[in-house]
Amino acid sequence: MTDQPILEIDKLSISFFTRLREIPAVMDFSATVMPGEALGLVGESGCGKSTVALGVMQDLGVNGRIVGGSIKFKGEDLCEMSPERLRDIRGSEIAMIYQEPMASLNPAMKIGKQLMEVPMIHEGVSEKEAYARALEVVTDVKLPDPERMLKSYPHQLSGGQQQRIVIAMALMSKPSLLILDEPTTALDVTVEAAVVELVKDLGKKYGTSMLFISHNLGLVLETCDRICVMYSGEAVERGSIADVFDEMQHPYTQALFRSIPLPGADKNARPLVAIPGNFPLPHERPDGCNFGPRCDYFEAGRCDAGFIPMEPVPGNDRHQSRCLKFQEIDWNAPIQVSDTKEKPEPGPVVLKMDNLKKYYEVAANALFGGGDKKVVKANETLSFEARESETLAIVGESGCGKSTFAKVLMGLETATDGAILLDNQSIGSTAIEDRDTKTVADIQMVFQNPFDTLNPSMTVGRQIMRALEIFGVGANDAERRARMLELLDLVKLPRAFADRMPRQLSGGQKQRVGIARAFAGDARIVVADEPVSALDVSVQAAVTDLLMEIQREHKTTLLFISHDLSIVRYLSDRVMVMYLGHVVELGSTDQVFSPPYHPYTEALLSAVPIADTSVKKKHIVLEGDIPSAMNPPSGCPFQTRCGWKSKVAGGLCEKEVPPVRMLAEGHQIKCHLSDAELAEMEPVIQIAAE
Amino acid sequence: MEPLTWTGAVGAFLNPVLGIAVTLLVVALIAQLVLGLFASPTTLQANPDGTLAASGGILGKIETAMKYLFLAVIALILVYLIAPLVLPYGMVGIIGEMSQRFLPVWIALIVTFTISIIYKRRLGLYGKLFDSTVGMIGFGLVMFWVFTALFVSVFDLIATHDYLTQVSGLKNKAPGVAVPDGTAGDIPHYLLGGDNLARDIFSRMVSGSTFVIAIAPLATIFAFMVGITLGLPAGYYGGLLDTILSFVANLILAFPVILLFYLLVTPEIVQTGIPSYMAAFLFVFPLIFFGVLLNSRYYTQPQKRTAILVPVLGILGWLYLSVINQKGTVIDFLPAWFDLFDITILVVFVSVVFVNAPTVFRIVRGLTLDLRTRDYVAAAQTRGEGAWYIMLWEILPNARGPLIVDFCLRIGYTTILLGTLGFFGLGLSSESPDWGSTINEGRKLLLIFAHPALPPAVALLSLVLGLNLLADGLREESLKD
Amino acid sequence: MGLFILRRFGVMILTAFCLTFIVFWLTNLGPNLEKLAKTQGNARMSDDAVVSWLANRGYSQPLPIKYGQWLGVLPGYVIDGTDGEVRARCAGPGEAVEEASTFCGILQGDWGFSTVAKDNVSAVLPGRLANTGKLMGWVMLVMVPGALIVGVLAGMREGSRTDRTLSTASIVTTATPEYVSGVLFISLFATGTFGMQWFKGTASSAVENATFENFFLPVMTIALYGMGYIARMTRASMAEVMTAQYIRTARLKGVSFPKIVLKHALRNALIAPFTVIMLQIPWLLSGVVIVETLFTYQGFGWELVRAASNNDIEMLLGVSVISVFVVLMTQLISDIGYVYLNPRIRIS
Repeated sequence: MTDQPILEIDKLSISFFTRLREIPAVMDFSATVMPGEALGLVGESGCGKSTVALGVMQDLGVNGRIVGGSIKFKGEDLCEMSPERLRDIRGSEIAMIYQEPMASLNPAMKIGKQLMEVPMIHEGVSEKEAYARALEVVTDVKLPDPERMLKSYPHQLSGGQQQRIVIAMALMSKPSLLILDEPTTALDVTVEAAVVELVKDLGKKYGTSMLFISHNLGLVLETCDRICVMYSGEAVERGSIADVFDEMQHPYTQALFRSIPLPGADKNARPLVAIPGNFPLPHERPDGCNFGPRCDYFEAGRCDAGFIPMEPVPGNDRHQSRCLKFQEIDWNAPIQVSDTKEKPEPGPVVLKMDNLKKYYEVAANALFGGGDKKVVKANETLSFEARESETLAIVGESGCGKSTFAKVLMGLETATDGAILLDNQSIGSTAIEDRDTKTVADIQMVFQNPFDTLNPSMTVGRQIMRALEIFGVGANDAERRARMLELLDLVKLPRAFADRMPRQLSGGQKQRVGIARAFAGDARIVVADEPVSALDVSVQAAVTDLLMEIQREHKTTLLFISHDLSIVRYLSDRVMVMYLGHVVELGSTDQVFSPPYHPYTEALLSAVPIADTSVKKKHIVLEGDIPSAMNPPSGCPFQTRCGWKSKVAGGLCEKEVPPVRMLAEGHQIKCHLSDAELAEMEPVIQIAAE
Repeated sequence: MEPLTWTGAVGAFLNPVLGIAVTLLVVALIAQLVLGLFASPTTLQANPDGTLAASGGILGKIETAMKYLFLAVIALILVYLIAPLVLPYGMVGIIGEMSQRFLPVWIALIVTFTISIIYKRRLGLYGKLFDSTVGMIGFGLVMFWVFTALFVSVFDLIATHDYLTQVSGLKNKAPGVAVPDGTAGDIPHYLLGGDNLARDIFSRMVSGSTFVIAIAPLATIFAFMVGITLGLPAGYYGGLLDTILSFVANLILAFPVILLFYLLVTPEIVQTGIPSYMAAFLFVFPLIFFGVLLNSRYYTQPQKRTAILVPVLGILGWLYLSVINQKGTVIDFLPAWFDLFDITILVVFVSVVFVNAPTVFRIVRGLTLDLRTRDYVAAAQTRGEGAWYIMLWEILPNARGPLIVDFCLRIGYTTILLGTLGFFGLGLSSESPDWGSTINEGRKLLLIFAHPALPPAVALLSLVLGLNLLADGLREESLKD
Repeated sequence: MGLFILRRFGVMILTAFCLTFIVFWLTNLGPNLEKLAKTQGNARMSDDAVVSWLANRGYSQPLPIKYGQWLGVLPGYVIDGTDGEVRARCAGPGEAVEEASTFCGILQGDWGFSTVAKDNVSAVLPGRLANTGKLMGWVMLVMVPGALIVGVLAGMREGSRTDRTLSTASIVTTATPEYVSGVLFISLFATGTFGMQWFKGTASSAVENATFENFFLPVMTIALYGMGYIARMTRASMAEVMTAQYIRTARLKGVSFPKIVLKHALRNALIAPFTVIMLQIPWLLSGVVIVETLFTYQGFGWELVRAASNNDIEMLLGVSVISVFVVLMTQLISDIGYVYLNPRIRIS
């Protein structure tokens, strides 16, 4: 191999042009990818990382334009290539993997044809040879029954399989550079882990260089050799993984790491530090340092004076930072812990689930109707208790039944069997229309998608006031308005927001309004359905903190639904792990996060990427995909993917649903494994002693 | 009096110039289209001021040429339109005199556009319309006919003669014909000639606009009320209700429109009273709609609700009773002093609403199916809102974009339907100046005298085109953010 | 799939029953029958005479019974009339009452007797249908390929000059109903007014011998109105597909633009317009009525107008049955075709 870089981006600037103005998306961006190297590009949404990828592909659309700098691929400038030459390179030399596998595959074309197209275009090989190649690559990406795969249409595969096909398509011509744009964001955690593993292996096998774009620092740590952190269109820091993770030299990188829940963070003793303020809009960027207004080390007159160049960090290999003060800042100073909070004592039991079951009947063939009716068991014998001012996390991947559970609790659906007791009153079979106002106001919900949670055609204030009206708060409009303003104060939004329309708010602000609305009737139980998963990392911490703070003040019971184990570990008191409608494990946070685990919990823990170089993880990759809830496996729901199955004698796992076992006080598990085997389990995550 | 020529004395030297300009423009347009198909996508260039400019060989030059040619044509047309204001009568011929007659419309249009463009940033979606050329042209065409209808019916302007008066000797006479001395009228010519009953075609055409402009939007509003009131629950609840309503909607849609008209819009059917019953059924929907709308919003504050609901329903109820109550039909129970007005063409009105409502129903149902899965709907459900509140206050406002667009298109379609009725002579008297009837009158002698049928045809075309362009502009602008 | 078609058939038959019943009811309303009696019998008939005229011919029977007879599930009437004559529903002209069959309705293939054409409906309609079929065939031949080409060309580069020009042209044609375009065409190309007398303004001779001269204008009149609509649908669908991610995937795989359009975009883009085209056919039916009236072409639509204006009940019913059948068949075909074109639905 030569030492010539595969990709060399030099002072690249990309702008989008609208009718009114030029919007710079990427400014003064430089990066180099050496052969066989994987470069991670990290940043929050809107920071320009995807634009860089599209710039490399020279596919910026009608409005996008490269306004400065160069992108050299193997020494050849991509910006100056003819369209024909560019077409030759695309797909054969540079290939790309996208965020949404379903959308990136042509729905009306068989997978085989889509794969075979690549070598047929670029190398002019015969159909037969292309087929052989496709078969080989599909086998390489570890898909079962490759020949059948090639004959299928994309919609017949699951999300994980589709992403493998997209990867296969990218590798068909053995490219020298692979660009991955958030390749696993749309996938479940355990599937994501398998795909990441595959990408890493294939990268090595084919000797491909990679440009890996992600918002997830943990994922980059697992896959890349080098990293480049972007903020608001600029690269702010770049270097090797070890340098950037352990000896960061830019305030933004530091703030980013402090705002994500790493093992060891604790909501009471060591809370997350949110980055203040908001991400600047592209046309409202400040002078000088873009991060200036949100930076702890900001120095007026210096940081906002003018252009700040990338400066190398002395002593490190190719480590650079875009900060004027990086050599003055004491990077090892401990975090100023604002105020450690007392852990509140859980109060009496407010909510009790007793053998809750929810079954749906669906037609087997949705389109043509008729036919057999199938029973989907969305929730199977759910039992737990939740106390006052306690946080109970419900963890699981798609199809595990957590949303159904929320619907039943809210009264949008009624339970098939079992009971939900609120203050010892059964509400499980009472639909929401039949509940009294007090009960309705007591149980409220915070929704996942900030862009969907508020009615786009009503002002923020009106929406909160409507909730107050419904809950019978306040005697007249004036009183309600006063209360609404108080609620805005509670979620730390300026009172002026009352008259804004939702589209004028950022995602985090909308989520705050959603929280204010949920607390309008002094809710005692709040179901938070992935409240921060759609938000950017730096905003996540702030919203999480807010939620915790209100909970502390109001002694609210928080049911926190999430698939993100890091945040669950950070904020919850007890954790319930669900898989295909079953509760497979339930216990206090410490109990669930340390052995003995349920095999699924173990795999889940291993799958979650952690952005900490000192963490050692046990490596467990699950086979296959999550089975459909329409067609669950016999016996234990997890048996199709379980790595411990062989340790249970007599194929018991395939025959019987395991009973619920108490392992310790308050720790229950649904598994056939013997006590001895459970006791042998090793912890998945170990923090290396520093 | 001498008959008028099309462009009069001015036209003698302006016509050739205009002819050349238009020919060149057409040639350039075709050349550009053909080249555009083969040329690679235009390379765009970023200017330092942050704008983009397209540059590209022949294509670019043609584009520049086209721009100037287009401006030249517009300027020439403006001369034809403005010259008659300063020149004596008849100098610019028929075109000039017509322009002169439309003077109030021109003024109204200019005022509307100026005000709208100045305040366009404050006017929401309506203001954004003025960012789109297509939308502006459409709006201009629609407002042209709206103002014409207004000035003709209310201020008795524009029309030159009485649209029913027959003047002997002018039967089927060509445009610009001079009327005999002593004929009542504002000008001594029939600008667009006489029809087969020797009536002034120009006056009939402008008078016909009143009919369309009054009926089409109103009928569309009623169709929307019916479609929305039924489509929302069908989409929201689904199930049996949806199955039944959708079946009925499809049943009506499966009827060929013309067959339905021929069966419904006949004097015999009017005699049976079916239209009155249908009106009683269809027109009650606005009452239901507003009643439920306000009740679901204010039911938590009973006093306020009553204060709002009683006057609103009172007025609507009065209007409703006045509309359905008609002398000499099966529904005739109101005392005459209480009955506000009679609609003579109730059957036309009812059948147009009846034909349009199922389509609106389907659109609303589809939008509801989509919107009901949103989180804000779930949020409303989890705080125990009633179903109608969710449908009318959470779902409907967010479906307004597509509905507004469809509303414009549907007015256009209703205009076409009204024309169809006129064309087959259904439900309207043959004296009626509406465009469909006039086309019907004109087509009988079309092969001999083409001029009587053309003006109403062009008028109808321009109004429907305006509505379609308006809808297109609105769709484009509403998609932008 | 089979079950699906079966269900659709069920709905179709139910719809057909409902529709024919409605038509039957509307045409058999009192005033309509009175008009019929006066046109068929004597215009200056007394009210009593009208009543007995109708009673003698079975029109006074209750509606469901008449409908049953028309369908052929109830025995046809045999009435000993007040004027001494015995009439049977099933006895044709000149046929003895005793020899007539008991049932004669649609199910027996007896479509009734047209009072205007003075002939059996089943004898008149096929010829009319064939004429209309010829017209529609040409219309489809012009309209569908034209609309698809225009739509694809406009949609493949959204916002380009080609797109804008073609889109505007499409809007103009959708804003021109047949009775406007027909009138415009006739005055432009069939009269001497504008010096372009190239075509004929009537198509009555096209029944026997369709030529370019007498058939072009009617075909274009119908085709244009539908064309704009389909073209706009195709354009919207194409434009949407062209912004889809899998098109980007194809582009970044190095597929050339023409190949992207033909291999990747076209099939996906045609799914939506296909349904539109099929559902367009019933809509064209209205156009056919207008154009056949305007160009005096003796087809199905012309017959509809003639039957409707003279309250020719049996003919009107026959016409309704056929149009309902056409509408429902096209719906069925469009459903099946949609499933066939869209693999996402086909194999799930």
